[in-house]
Amino acid sequence: MKEISLCDMAARAEALGISLGELALRDEAQRSGTDAEQVLEQMTETWGVMRESVRAGLEKPRRSRGGMIGGEGILLKTYLGQSHSYCGESVLGAVSAALAVSCQNAAMGKIVAAPTAGASGILPGVLTMIAERDGKSEREIALALFTAAAVGLVISANASLSGAAGGCQAECGSGAAMAAAAAVELAGGTPRQACHAVAMTLKNQMGLVCDPVAGLVEVPCAKRNAAGAALALVSADMALAGIESVIPADEVIVAMGKVGRALPESLRETSKGGLAATPTGRQIADRLGGNLSKL
Amino acid sequence: MSNAQSVFNIIGPVMIGPSSSHTAGAARLGKIARAFLGSTPRSARMELHGSFWHTHEGHGTDLAIVAGLLGFDTDDERIKRSFSIAAEQGLHFSFEPADLGDVHPNSVRFHLRSDADSIELTGASVGGGNILVTEVMGFETKLTGRSNALFTIHEDRPGVIASVAQVVARHRINIAFMRVSRQDEGTLACMILESDSALPPQAVQEIAALPPIRAARVIEKV
Repeated sequence: MKEISLCDMAARAEALGISLGELALRDEAQRSGTDAEQVLEQMTETWGVMRESVRAGLEKPRRSRGGMIGGEGILLKTYLGQSHSYCGESVLGAVSAALAVSCQNAAMGKIVAAPTAGASGILPGVLTMIAERDGKSEREIALALFTAAAVGLVISANASLSGAAGGCQAECGSGAAMAAAAAVELAGGTPRQACHAVAMTLKNQMGLVCDPVAGLVEVPCAKRNAAGAALALVSADMALAGIESVIPADEVIVAMGKVGRALPESLRETSKGGLAATPTGRQIADRLGGNLSKL
Repeated sequence: MSNAQSVFNIIGPVMIGPSSSHTAGAARLGKIARAFLGSTPRSARMELHGSFWHTHEGHGTDLAIVAGLLGFDTDDERIKRSFSIAAEQGLHFSFEPADLGDVHPNSVRFHLRSDADSIELTGASVGGGNILVTEVMGFETKLTGRSNALFTIHEDRPGVIASVAQVVARHRINIAFMRVSRQDEGTLACMILESDSALPPQAVQEIAALPPIRAARVIEKV
């Protein structure tokens, strides 16, 4: 038997008539022996850091330490203002913010690991867009972060959140699944719909390898944060529309853990395979090797 | 819920990027090394092993280690300017590659010097920002930096540990974990004592004044 199950949590929340986020908040207050208001306040502070990382990444974009990325967020935001885009303001707003935070991370800016530094763009990207578009309060966003955290806790217990252990599906896949559940609850969806959004997100990230070029958290990490944010919104919309995942979220999570363990070492954050092993990837690694301070 | 993990391990920590093990863990190693020395070093030579050497510049591991030596936390925005702040504060530092043997791939060996003292220690960044100090002044240790600790170097003879424990008990501090190791019988030994709450300065002074104690230092959690 699994120790924690997302479906059980959703059933508990629905029986109590509360959201997954509210349930996770109550559990955390009980676990830590702290007042729920205080725990919510701490999460509100964390949200403040996330929002600031988006702002800094969009207003003062910098080149990453390895010099491979920088400024993609603002590029997309400018395009969004000037062009008849395919994805529209919601998706591209979230994606541009996710890119901005990923670049902040790669440029040694302050970020919130969510669930990891490598996947730190997805949640702030999705939540900033929703907060601005729908005028959500800090409290509502903080509660949605508890929804996201509940999903992360279940994945951590039953699969993995680490690229070295489970590939990028464990980092950006988990970040996207967490964001999808948060987006569902912010739109007024049920805990059960949040579970379907998690399942549909992880299904579409399953098998994603961790193959950072030159061992740096830059390429392809930033663009995987971008795609993760977009996928989270698509999954949330599908779930809110009433589309269900045939395979339940908990089973998808366990399957993801198994796929992660089956990945060869070369595709688990060792920079020995995938994009890191392409001719261009190797060329960049050779160029950067021992020379990064000169960039 | 039956899990013991906090939601703030999932949404968090707040940190300076880009990597929890190569940046946040590296800063914590620098900070704990500084605590063993007791002040900001005048000079610091770091031997970087394995992955720590190969990607240290790209991940800012070097900046983070120096930031830790200056006493900065993992979310301090000054981490990226740590080299110039070190220069202002008269901290001279260098990094070099090293094969430290059969250790964790993210390991570093510190050689630190202040006006009064010098210290050598080895530690590793073991993932997710967690660290382990494995060796101090040639003594084997296992220190995670998650709780407050007292570090002593003392003469290896009967009764020393009991007299230290007496001082701690008198101050009503509960010892959570204790580890003693020595190089050779009857020479010098080292003790790391982790406590639930921080030892008051007076207790540390009393311990330092015990005749067999050569050095006693508070290692605050990082």
